[in-house]
Amino acid sequence: MKKLLALLLALCMVLALCACGSSSGDAAPAADDAAPAEDAAAPADEAAEAPADEAAGTIVIGVYEPLSGDNGAGGKQEVLGMQYANAMTPTVEVNGKVYNVELVISDNESSNDKAVSAATKLVAAGASVVLGSYGSGVSIAGSDTFAEAGIPVIGVTCTNPQVTAGNSHYFRICFLDPFQGTVQANYAHDELGAASVAYCLGQLGNDYDQGLINYFKQAAEALGLEVVTESFPEGNSDFTSYLTNAKNANAEVIFAPTSISYAQLIIEQAAAQGIDIPLTAPDTWDSNVILAAAEGTDLSISVSTFYAEGGDPAFEEGFKAWMNADATALANNGGNDTIAAVSVMGYDAYYVALEAIKNAGSIDPAAVMEALPGTTYTGVSGSIAFDETGDAIRDTAFIKSADTATGEWTFVAEQSVG
Amino acid sequence: MAGFFQANLPYILAGISVGGQYALIAIGYTMVYGILRLINFAHGDVFMVAGLVMVYATASLPMYISIPLVIAATVLLGFVIERVAYKPLRSAPRMSVMISAIGVSYLLQNCALYFTGGLAQIYPTIPGLSKSVTIGSATTKVVTLVTPILTIILVFALVLFIRKTKIGMAMRAVSKDFETSQLMGIRINAVISMTFVIGCFLAAIGSLLYFTNYPSVIPTSGAMPGLKAFVAAVFGGIGSIPGAVIGAFIIGIMENIIKGLGSGWTIFSDAFTFVLLIVVLLVKPTGIFGEKTTDKV
Repeated sequence: MKKLLALLLALCMVLALCACGSSSGDAAPAADDAAPAEDAAAPADEAAEAPADEAAGTIVIGVYEPLSGDNGAGGKQEVLGMQYANAMTPTVEVNGKVYNVELVISDNESSNDKAVSAATKLVAAGASVVLGSYGSGVSIAGSDTFAEAGIPVIGVTCTNPQVTAGNSHYFRICFLDPFQGTVQANYAHDELGAASVAYCLGQLGNDYDQGLINYFKQAAEALGLEVVTESFPEGNSDFTSYLTNAKNANAEVIFAPTSISYAQLIIEQAAAQGIDIPLTAPDTWDSNVILAAAEGTDLSISVSTFYAEGGDPAFEEGFKAWMNADATALANNGGNDTIAAVSVMGYDAYYVALEAIKNAGSIDPAAVMEALPGTTYTGVSGSIAFDETGDAIRDTAFIKSADTATGEWTFVAEQSVG
Repeated sequence: MAGFFQANLPYILAGISVGGQYALIAIGYTMVYGILRLINFAHGDVFMVAGLVMVYATASLPMYISIPLVIAATVLLGFVIERVAYKPLRSAPRMSVMISAIGVSYLLQNCALYFTGGLAQIYPTIPGLSKSVTIGSATTKVVTLVTPILTIILVFALVLFIRKTKIGMAMRAVSKDFETSQLMGIRINAVISMTFVIGCFLAAIGSLLYFTNYPSVIPTSGAMPGLKAFVAAVFGGIGSIPGAVIGAFIIGIMENIIKGLGSGWTIFSDAFTFVLLIVVLLVKPTGIFGEKTTDKV
């Protein structure tokens, strides 16, 4: 009797899992199943069926972003930009036919282990082009899956050079870490007045953190600074010892290219310990989560980023109105309508993808991939064109600092160091 | 010596504070093990849930209601977990209960992921505890100083409870011999529930202190402190309450001193904890205060 009950329960669970699997797996696999069956029945119809299928008029743009995990906050903001763009321009005209654009979002959970399954989901959904990801590590981890499927990917804010190096399917619309590291080092030296020691803190084994620290170090050492580097293990929450180390090393600046979750803790503990060393960080810290953490403290925090508020007032107004109208969007943006640079980049990435599809004149991923290198677009964050490795040709970063009294970013400088 | 102390004061303070918080979690592990011979893997996640409940409670309720509410909710959660996931498996092999515990752990993490949407939640500041104080060369939060004192008071109270009260005596009896005490008329289920209630109560207090220090709660927040508290419990001799506390303080302090050794060493702070676990298991498997096991013939 008991055995029977156990068996029943186990069966229930298996069924429940199956149900979950098919509902999250989208409609595409089901369509795949149906197609071969029809092929078998009437192979002659195949040619007629294909255009009919296109006329049905949906093109899938895959969104490969972290919606949870350490980078969940940033990933959600990037997706918001894409969703807003999708709401503004829900259709695209290819060769005189109008297609609806459907965003299929896949959560890579900020984790390299989950990257492949998240990427596979988008391949299965039949994406013509994929946008993402926030975080270079997951972008690299998912890259091969897209390469094998022949789907082009447009990196939005993944700044590590390895993302696009040595492949032909990964493109990106943001600047790169060697550039950003140099900008940061120059800023620390020129503006923050660091003359002898800089302290770098990053997560162990994180491509983004360690890559940036490396480039920062090179540039800073060229400027005559001594660089002390430390790494913390994943899941660490006690940063007091690291901050004490920075203090004991007489550091004049702390460069911390960490993800937002750790940044929160670092800021909180630096404030509690009364650390008066200026903190500087790359694009990840450009988030209202950081502003919230920094509000009311005496810290000096600056970030280098892709976009400064006020760059395009019309866009900002529209985006804010759209977010305020949707409680979920507002919650995903951290509870207020401050515009994150990653949202702007997500917005631009969507239009770059549409532009490439138009140029390709087809919704076939291979055609889009061929059209992408020649695609140019002038977006909210500036003009976008690709070089031969697939990177955007960009030479400007914006430096902002956190106003700890009002909880807003103040524009500091526009840096265009080579 | 004074020079060393002066230079390392911030690390030692951080270590004592973290150690106290590990201790409060470790007691939960060690008590459950002492009585059920079960390593309750879900304990670290109960700790995390306590943190999340606090985040959501303070969003709409004042602090003086939130804190008791958090403690009550955590205790209730521990009680429910025991009744639903462990009690039906009382006569099953120990391995099944262990796997059930792992299942509960992942269930809690995934529920937390669902409710938070994967975003880190900012822990509210508890008035009085979050203020900064300066001691010698170190600036730290008040909670750092409160933690060890509160930990020691709670442990003292717990030891008294186990020594002096009737249910405490029952607990000791059950941990000595499960079946015999059952035959002697001890209501075993009440004793086991009580163990979970106490363990979760301490985990709730631990979470209040821990997250005041590190104010960001993510679904995996409980995993690392839970693991380290488990190592502390093994190190001190699993089943022994003073052992768990001392083990936790040693681990907390050592871990932070290693971070202070110099820039090359910080990476090894976690490795140290687990190397310690291996060494203890090799050299003295019963831990520092472990009970000697006599094989029954």
